[in-house]
Amino acid sequence: MESEARTTAESGSGAAARLEQSSRPSASTFGTGHSIVGSDSAAVGEMLADLRRSETDLRRFLHGLPGVDQVGAEARAASLVTRSIKTSAKLWALEMAVSMVDLTTLEGADTPGKVLSLCAKARRPDPADASVPPVAAVCIYPDLVPIAKRALVGTSVKVASVATAFPSGRASLAVKLADVRDAVTGGADEVDMVIDRGAFLSGRYGLVLEEVQAVKEACGRAHLKVILETGELVTYDNVRRASYLAMVGGADFIKTSTGKVSPAATLPVALVMLEAVRDFAELTGALVGVKVAGGIRNAKDAIRYLVIVNETVGEAWLDPSLFRFGASSLLNDLLRQRSKQLSGAYAGSEDFSIE
Amino acid sequence: MTKSYPTHKPEAEPGTVPPLQGDVAEEISRPDASGQSRGSDDPAGGLVATRRGEQASFTYAPAPESRSIVHLQSSYGLFIDGAFVEPADGNAYKTENPATEEVLAEVAAAGLADVDRAVEVAGRAQREVWGPMSGAERAKYLFRVARIIQERSRELAVLESLDNGKPIRESRDVDVPLAAAHFFYYAGWADKLEYAGFGPHPAPIGVAGQVIPWNFPLMMAAWKLAPALAAGNTCVLKPASTTPLTALLLAEIIQQADLPPGVVNVVTGAGSVAGAALVAHPGIDKVAFTGSTEVGKDLQRAIAGTGKHLTLELGGKAANIVFEDAPLDQAVEGIVNGIFFNQGEVCCAGSRLLVQESIADTVVERLKRRLATLRVGDPLDKNTDLGAINNAAQLEKIRELAAAGEAEGAVRWSPSCTLPSKGYWFAPTVFTNVSQAHRIAQEEIFGPVLSVLTFRTPQEAVAKANNTVYGLSAGVWTEKGSRILWMAGQLRAGVVWANSFNRFDPTSPFGGYRESGFGREGGRQGLGAYLDV
Amino acid sequence: MSDERLAVRKTYKLYIGGAFPRSESGRSYVVEDSDGAFLANAAQGSRKDVRDAVVAARKAVPRWAGATAYNRGQVLYRVAEMLDGRRSQFTDEVASSEGVSRDEAAAGVDAAVDRWVWYAGWADKVAQVVGSSNPVAGPFFNFSVPEPTGVVGVVAPQVSSLLGLVSVLAPVLVTGNTAVVLASETRPLPAITLAEVLATSDLPGGVVNLITGRVAELAPVLAAHRDVDALDLAGAPASMLVDLERAAVTNVKRVLRPDASESDWTAAPAPRRMLAFLETKTVWHPIGL
Repeated sequence: MESEARTTAESGSGAAARLEQSSRPSASTFGTGHSIVGSDSAAVGEMLADLRRSETDLRRFLHGLPGVDQVGAEARAASLVTRSIKTSAKLWALEMAVSMVDLTTLEGADTPGKVLSLCAKARRPDPADASVPPVAAVCIYPDLVPIAKRALVGTSVKVASVATAFPSGRASLAVKLADVRDAVTGGADEVDMVIDRGAFLSGRYGLVLEEVQAVKEACGRAHLKVILETGELVTYDNVRRASYLAMVGGADFIKTSTGKVSPAATLPVALVMLEAVRDFAELTGALVGVKVAGGIRNAKDAIRYLVIVNETVGEAWLDPSLFRFGASSLLNDLLRQRSKQLSGAYAGSEDFSIE
Repeated sequence: MTKSYPTHKPEAEPGTVPPLQGDVAEEISRPDASGQSRGSDDPAGGLVATRRGEQASFTYAPAPESRSIVHLQSSYGLFIDGAFVEPADGNAYKTENPATEEVLAEVAAAGLADVDRAVEVAGRAQREVWGPMSGAERAKYLFRVARIIQERSRELAVLESLDNGKPIRESRDVDVPLAAAHFFYYAGWADKLEYAGFGPHPAPIGVAGQVIPWNFPLMMAAWKLAPALAAGNTCVLKPASTTPLTALLLAEIIQQADLPPGVVNVVTGAGSVAGAALVAHPGIDKVAFTGSTEVGKDLQRAIAGTGKHLTLELGGKAANIVFEDAPLDQAVEGIVNGIFFNQGEVCCAGSRLLVQESIADTVVERLKRRLATLRVGDPLDKNTDLGAINNAAQLEKIRELAAAGEAEGAVRWSPSCTLPSKGYWFAPTVFTNVSQAHRIAQEEIFGPVLSVLTFRTPQEAVAKANNTVYGLSAGVWTEKGSRILWMAGQLRAGVVWANSFNRFDPTSPFGGYRESGFGREGGRQGLGAYLDV
Repeated sequence: MSDERLAVRKTYKLYIGGAFPRSESGRSYVVEDSDGAFLANAAQGSRKDVRDAVVAARKAVPRWAGATAYNRGQVLYRVAEMLDGRRSQFTDEVASSEGVSRDEAAAGVDAAVDRWVWYAGWADKVAQVVGSSNPVAGPFFNFSVPEPTGVVGVVAPQVSSLLGLVSVLAPVLVTGNTAVVLASETRPLPAITLAEVLATSDLPGGVVNLITGRVAELAPVLAAHRDVDALDLAGAPASMLVDLERAAVTNVKRVLRPDASESDWTAAPAPRRMLAFLETKTVWHPIGL
């Protein structure tokens, strides 16, 4: 999928942003003292180049970002949870959420049959109701990509593949890139990579950045989602820094989790990532998407995430091109709640097809 | 096709109400004079919903809390000696819903004879029943009250929002739970007074006359009654005239808890009549007042020389101080919470933002962007963030001071919002380019109006923060612990919130320095006001 | 006689980790009333049951110690409400266990409930009474806060089957500790009914664990267990006290010895029983720009 708001830079790293022509002439400052004049794309390009070149500069930049107060962030997320989304708003949110689902199966036991079944569900979530939109994508392991690709021909459903020694990320760069190329040659439209958390936690930000850039390059035209594995990063400060790292490295999306580690996505983590995405857009003009994955099982949770998106970054991100849910059982709960909104009655447990 | 990044909204011309934007318009552009419920809470049947195509964006549909849980009487009597009685001279007045100007009920206006009787029965109850009672028994009564508040919490929350104008989310999530928690906390002290640090045999003072304001009607009643009763005093409570209803419901709860008659009495009416009579009454041993500094001074004058114990919790002009290394997103939330919680009608509101000059522009910009998601409207809508101003007189004061702010050269800004045509409403407002010499930096506005000033160094922040006759609260935002503690030590304020604001807890003492009053409510220290020590 | 309904007799089991298992040893022992008549077969706990109970108690520590004081107070107050609701059942059991009149038993039960309420009210006050900010001679903010010790082993009073039990158990809980309780050997039934109340309350499983059985067999196990942080010897027979104290030394347990003034448990309690199971943590933080 083409990124609509950016072009690739000369360096081939693919992540330098074409700046949105901002109507705001005033300078916006960051705690670092970096002063980025909104309409000066050259200055932005230079800053990003510096960060990519020098690990010292990169560290200084990441550590100079405003800190996140855990109690305050969690309180803000909790307060957004009190939003009451009813009737027409709820229906809108449920259908939007369906269209944002990356329907996922990432099990050792996955087979072609399983993937075909998933794809059928992805293109037509409710056999009984054609007005239900298809999901955004299916998310699977690389070796099953060709099967999914064939099954989804003629639909709008994308094929997203995990790669880079998912979920642990513990392999050499060469192996990780081979993994990516495999997925891309197989026809993947999107690649979900994992960052090297070991490198991040031991402060080797330059290494993490290089890997993101290398993977972005290997993606070619495929969209890159960068999984931060926030459960292993633990602190919100780390989540903010890792978000920026990924975005500077060229991510099209930043993603919370592999879903294989607990805790996975949480509302405060999503809040912090959305704030980072918002600030990065203001800084560089690039619009990076956010994907929350892992542990989102019911429609109520999904709607809460949409509220947080709405009130943190705004309506522009309420679109599958900029927000996704990585989930499997969520889809049926969305359908269940949708049917209740439309009919007034609670659905039965077998009313919706399993994948 | 490029996705447009949400730019921040154009500044409103001072004095005009800008055109509607986005989703805020839906809920509040409908003038709803009746204030009637617009539908129950997520009925099982559901409304017939529209397809997504009919709604272009994530507009929150109305989510009204039902009013049906509240059984409003057409008229209320005074609560004296365990029963609801008519006032001696039959005077009454009306209390209204400030969001709609709808009359809610007729309420008794206590006169001198009523106050006299209330004080008399309170005195008798204190000497004969409540004072001699064991602490363990008093504790059990107070635990009952706490429990019943929890059981009837939804009813209390809806009634509070109707009578006061505050959003249901706040009355439900803050006011009512804190009221219950205060009763819980002080219930536990009733039989442990010897451990409270006031000596081995601390005794109650006697009868407490308690006058409370309209901004947190139920919560203030709890803050006053719970410690007084736990310590063995009896009470005559005078709620604010514009917000009597939850105090009267609390009186009903006190009946349900079977408290002996006369232990708690509620005399509704005008401050100038019932309040003044109460404070001046020779049968009152202790006066507790929360309200404006002006009236507090009147009270202090009135009881001078009488030997009555007195505690005052008055106004404030708190500085919310943001350093350049503050956790920025949380600081912005803290600023918003500090001045827009409860419509800014809070004595400890962070009404002055003192922001370090190096980040002032970015903070103000982020603040304005954040305020675009603040929802002003029907207090009973669960998604409302900012409700109505409590009464016309207060609205007039806010308007006057906001006009003064413009006149003295500060720059006024509000996010776009449409205010209902009926009711008392004021848009959230931010003044920048404010300096210490401005009226809006010195006088308490008691409304949703923030004044933004800058500082360069911690010492300058302290000097500006302390440059006020008030001293109730302050906020400090920085990631540096030692600086938090240094600032806390320097600030002349009774409550310092670090990387937080408007946090309350029954265990945490609350009260001011200087003209913000004296005495503390909450905590072990809060017992001191009600013990003869 | 044939009109009289046949009772469905209760089985008395152990209470460990929020569940009611039988003793892993499969043993039981006869509990008699004060006249020697058969009351019940109580589970006769073994050292392995004690071991399992300690594991459960340790596992429950983070959640209970980490709860807000307000929350602990709420949970304990609700337990008091439930105890009050079961007054007549407790009165029956205390009367038959202790051989006292119903009136005396009822007074004891009332006192036990009131005592539980007294302790519940301490939850959010202990820190204010026992903690402090300390005016050190330097630019430091220095504060001391009380923290729960951890897992407390309690040998419950032998004679006072409910009031005594409540008097030793409530202070352990209100301060955020978890407990492994050895019930009175000859009068365990009120303890097991109390465990049923706890199991149906909001108290998380494992916060209280109750073992019935032979004190001589089980108390030494508890005393010597290295994952028990403190020991309350209120109900330990005098002949065992020295050895139990010695056994407790293995991991420097905090030991609370029996107090003669507590012999009938009717006297108003002092904070001693809470202080015994609290550690004081003192923190220094510089004050500066």
